[in-house]
Amino acid sequence: MNLHEYQARDILRRHGIPVPPGDVASTPADARAIADRMGGNVVVKAQVHAGGRGKAGGVKLAKTAAEAEAHAKAILGMTIKGLTVHQVLVAPAAQIASESYVGIIVDRASQRPVLMVSPAGGIDIEEVAARTPEKIHRLAVDPRYGLLPHQALGLGFALYRGVVPARAAADIMQKLYAAVYAVGASLAEINPLITTPDGQVLALDAKIAVDDNELERRPEIAALRDVSAEAPAEVQAREAGLTFIKLDGIVGCCVNGAGLAMATMDLVQFYGGAPANFLDIGGSSNPQKVVAALRIITADPNVKAILFNIFGGITRCDDVANGIVQATQQFPLQVPMVIRLTGTNEQEAVQILTKAGFAALTDMDAAVQQAVARAKGQAA
Amino acid sequence: MSVFIDQSTRLVVQGITGRDGSFHAKQMISYGTKVVAGVTPGKGGQLFEGVVPVFNTVAQAVRETQANAAVIYVPAAVAASAIFEAADAGIGLIVCITEGIPVLDMTRVLPYVNERGARLIGPNCPGLISPQQSKVGIIPGNICKPGKIGVVSRSGTLTYEIIHQLSTHGFGQSTCVGIGGDPLIGTNFIHCLSAFQADAETEAMVLIGEIGGTDEQQAAEFVQHGVTKPVVGFIAGQTAPPGRRMGHAGAIISGASGTAAEKMAALERAGISVMQRPADVVPLLKERL
Repeated sequence: MNLHEYQARDILRRHGIPVPPGDVASTPADARAIADRMGGNVVVKAQVHAGGRGKAGGVKLAKTAAEAEAHAKAILGMTIKGLTVHQVLVAPAAQIASESYVGIIVDRASQRPVLMVSPAGGIDIEEVAARTPEKIHRLAVDPRYGLLPHQALGLGFALYRGVVPARAAADIMQKLYAAVYAVGASLAEINPLITTPDGQVLALDAKIAVDDNELERRPEIAALRDVSAEAPAEVQAREAGLTFIKLDGIVGCCVNGAGLAMATMDLVQFYGGAPANFLDIGGSSNPQKVVAALRIITADPNVKAILFNIFGGITRCDDVANGIVQATQQFPLQVPMVIRLTGTNEQEAVQILTKAGFAALTDMDAAVQQAVARAKGQAA
Repeated sequence: MSVFIDQSTRLVVQGITGRDGSFHAKQMISYGTKVVAGVTPGKGGQLFEGVVPVFNTVAQAVRETQANAAVIYVPAAVAASAIFEAADAGIGLIVCITEGIPVLDMTRVLPYVNERGARLIGPNCPGLISPQQSKVGIIPGNICKPGKIGVVSRSGTLTYEIIHQLSTHGFGQSTCVGIGGDPLIGTNFIHCLSAFQADAETEAMVLIGEIGGTDEQQAAEFVQHGVTKPVVGFIAGQTAPPGRRMGHAGAIISGASGTAAEKMAALERAGISVMQRPADVVPLLKERL
């Protein structure tokens, strides 16, 4: 789960990291009031889960509170990478002497949290990694001892020559490391970490992604979820215990297991179609999940055919078949459906489906080919 | 022959009285796995299905039954603790089926397990099976046949699909290992490939990877220099959009690395035959054997 910038800034502030003031507004009038309080000379920043906000026109400088209000009016409601802006952060325009980068990710290769710092800040770190990899300094932290003071100071000196800012940066790194474990972050970035002309070191922008697996034990973090920032179908799917990701194709896919779901999408493309979604109904089957899945898939007007691909293990094919029958009784389908199922309780499933007038296939390739052909037939 | 488990595997089931644990314990027993003990704190002294003794702790189970492998079906909130406990009790092979363990917990679990010389498979995995010898986890026994193909995969049902293709076309398996879909896992592709390379009965290997991370690229490099047996590979997620977590916590494309195209190219460069679709596994193996 991604946090908004203003939420990430709050977390850093609570962990003792110096963050410039700033407040969040959801109306132009609120933005004006905040700007007024901060002296008028402010930056207005769109709060959406997308990079490249500046380029998209979602970050604007204002000289007066009235100008801040006008910018907020322009930014609120705009769409950045398909996401509508509902909130803006209003913060005093910072005096910047230098910009660097500090980030922590959990690294798969070393299986440790890795601290990355770079004196090339203010731009996307992946761009730095691609163009000037020598400007990135990395340290895999041993989680049993945490980030040791001398390690942090060493990285502080990789950013700044002077001992005063180097110590300030080291202190920020240790606090960021503590914040990662405190909120269950899989990624925490300060970009840019700035120095001001009078020598302060400040976290100007922050990004935190929380590991979804942490949310159950951290209700205070889970409460930060902004449902309006997510596609409604994905919210609906999560509430039903499904994993759903919308894509642009015409073949709606309903599969058990994430790997098989991806392989099914790939096979749809292999046979000349395009998948409309990723959907994993999960391991423990129950007919209600299948009903919810069909409701979500059929709500997408692009879907011209539906493909079920079930390999029964823990998932029982008869549960899936019952779900299909229940769903089609509740809301008749407007598009053709191709069902492939094999494995646990396959015979029972075939009986249930046949009785309800559906054919069932056992071969994955045959089912995908048929689904692609029928989707194209509908689209034509 | 087989890798990691065989007829000498003596299994303790952590969470044996729970919904998933009891269901799969029965499945494993009927498959022929030597399930020698179960653990559920507070239920020590009971008998599971009238035969398997239940203990309060793994240490007790090991003392009383000489269990040498553990399988974990407990809920995510206590699964990391269950791995610590199994490692502490001296269990040599720990298989964690549970999905949803926070990745930061795994940063502490993995060094603990490694220092005790234990092998962890998973978490968030279907476990492993050596057909007609032993099954530890949830892979359906009826789709597997004994034979000479070693299978290693990051997935669950996709693995079943490919095992099914193998079995119905006469290619039995030495061992099938599901290593799990999480970003931080114990046993990786390289550990499995090197075990299959060393196993006299395994003649060829099937590697099933997916988007996210660079484990497949590292496996490819290992195959190029350390594997003489034929390897056939598949990568799921060619149509996955970048930046989205595709169900598995580890299946996310970040930046340029981790894409299916990049992984498929790495496999090909290492001399691995790359499937375009799961059904290609049989023709490609025939070509290579």
